[in-house]
Amino acid sequence: MQIRTRNLYLIPYLTWILLFVVAPILLIVYYSFFNVDGHFTLGNYQKFFTPVYLKMTLSSFWYALLITGISLLIAYPTAYWLTKTKHKQLWLLLIILPSWINLLLKAYAFLGIFGTYGPTNKLLESLGIGTQQILFTDFSFLFVSVYIFIPFMILPIYNALEEMNHSLLDAANDLGASQWTTFRRIIFPLTLDGVKSGCQAVFIPALSLFMITRLVAGNRVITLGTAIEQHFLVTQDWGMGATIAVFLIIAMAFIMMLTRKRK
Amino acid sequence: MKKKNGLGPKLYLAIVFVILYAPIFYLMVYSFSSGEKMYNFEGFTLKHYKEVLQDTRLLIIVLNTLVIALLSAALSTILGICGALAIYYVRNLRTQNALLTLNNVLIVSSDVVIGASFLILFTIVGVKLGFISVLLSHIAFSVPIVVLMVLPKLNEMSPTLIDAARDLGASRWDILSKVILPFITPGIFAGFFMALTYSLDDFAVTFFVTGNGFSTLSVEIYSRARQGISLSINALSTLIFFATMIMVIGYYFIAKRNQRGAGMGVGK
Repeated sequence: MQIRTRNLYLIPYLTWILLFVVAPILLIVYYSFFNVDGHFTLGNYQKFFTPVYLKMTLSSFWYALLITGISLLIAYPTAYWLTKTKHKQLWLLLIILPSWINLLLKAYAFLGIFGTYGPTNKLLESLGIGTQQILFTDFSFLFVSVYIFIPFMILPIYNALEEMNHSLLDAANDLGASQWTTFRRIIFPLTLDGVKSGCQAVFIPALSLFMITRLVAGNRVITLGTAIEQHFLVTQDWGMGATIAVFLIIAMAFIMMLTRKRK
Repeated sequence: MKKKNGLGPKLYLAIVFVILYAPIFYLMVYSFSSGEKMYNFEGFTLKHYKEVLQDTRLLIIVLNTLVIALLSAALSTILGICGALAIYYVRNLRTQNALLTLNNVLIVSSDVVIGASFLILFTIVGVKLGFISVLLSHIAFSVPIVVLMVLPKLNEMSPTLIDAARDLGASRWDILSKVILPFITPGIFAGFFMALTYSLDDFAVTFFVTGNGFSTLSVEIYSRARQGISLSINALSTLIFFATMIMVIGYYFIAKRNQRGAGMGVGK
């Protein structure tokens, strides 16, 4: 009976896995071997290893790293202090709420805020710095990306902090550990899983943020995602797009291994 | 035991909150400006709202988005429960891990890769790009998160519960509907809401698999925002914000009444 039960649940689930997990990856790999005219070729891979594409890949990784790092730096203290507020569930809700607002709307808001006549420039002017070009720069890309990803970084860290056994802190306290030692030796290691999931949740999307680059970064920042979108939807060179996607998948697998949770 | 926050932490949290909310309020404030730009607030007006409400095309898109979100969340919740049960019943640890890894592929995949690969898939299989392709992709990328929300609840459940039910003569369906499902309900709700959020929030995947005729809100906003600033987008986002607020507050009270800690679709 147990066996029949098991098979029953596996059927729809395995169908889903085959259709939407395995097949798409195989198709991406398959397509990466074809050029625009539909002929079999290794040319896409050759092209990927030219300086143009390598530089783009490198800069995409660099930006993703920066976005993840800054998000973590801001999110960790937020999550930590959030667990100590009175109505923490409510505050957490308020932190998550902006993440329910469509990301494009938030990016769009910055078109106004960072605009030439926007409030940021007004502030800079009144400080005597003068009007700056903020929109369509690396800064605007980083700021908007971090802004969008922060809730996703706070959430897993908050959960990890909440799951932590608080008697350990008391024990550390009783044994005379300073606050910093307690944090470094107990709190941070115990919440490392949360940090890892947060980094994973930020880093991978950050590699492929084509909409933000298009909206607020002009063509200054080109990420792997921008390139894939360009090849699939603009130039219709699916082969080259698939090739970049293959490398993105490899990067993702690598990151997944890196951030695997200890069991 | 727990120390309360001092002034520094409070200030820090306040700054984070201000930065998180400032852009949203900025958008909302300018939805009432009678000017056409997102600076120099001119006079108060509701004309942008009127514009939005009279835009039938936009209203159809809103409806599309909601239908897609609700349908995909419901269907992916069912599929996700099946998935969680399947993983739960597989006793071989290695198979279990393999299934979990496959499950997580779509969660960690970047939207663009999912979008591009689904585009290839639908083109090859011959699914017309439009409502069906968008719905299928939303179901596809929501399933794994439901599995991840439901599975911990299943693992929390004591296996003796099922044994007891079986000993007392419960059928397989009884065990599922009277023992397992009630126990994992918080996980199911959390999964459903996550799926809903994923669907409403998705832009990149939809952008790839939507054809010419069909559009969801985020795709529409993107194409409008690329043309520059139009305060009707502001009006629209204000409306969306309040709809979201109502949803979240409603959900908060449901979760509170249940007191089961399904907490905001976060799950623990």
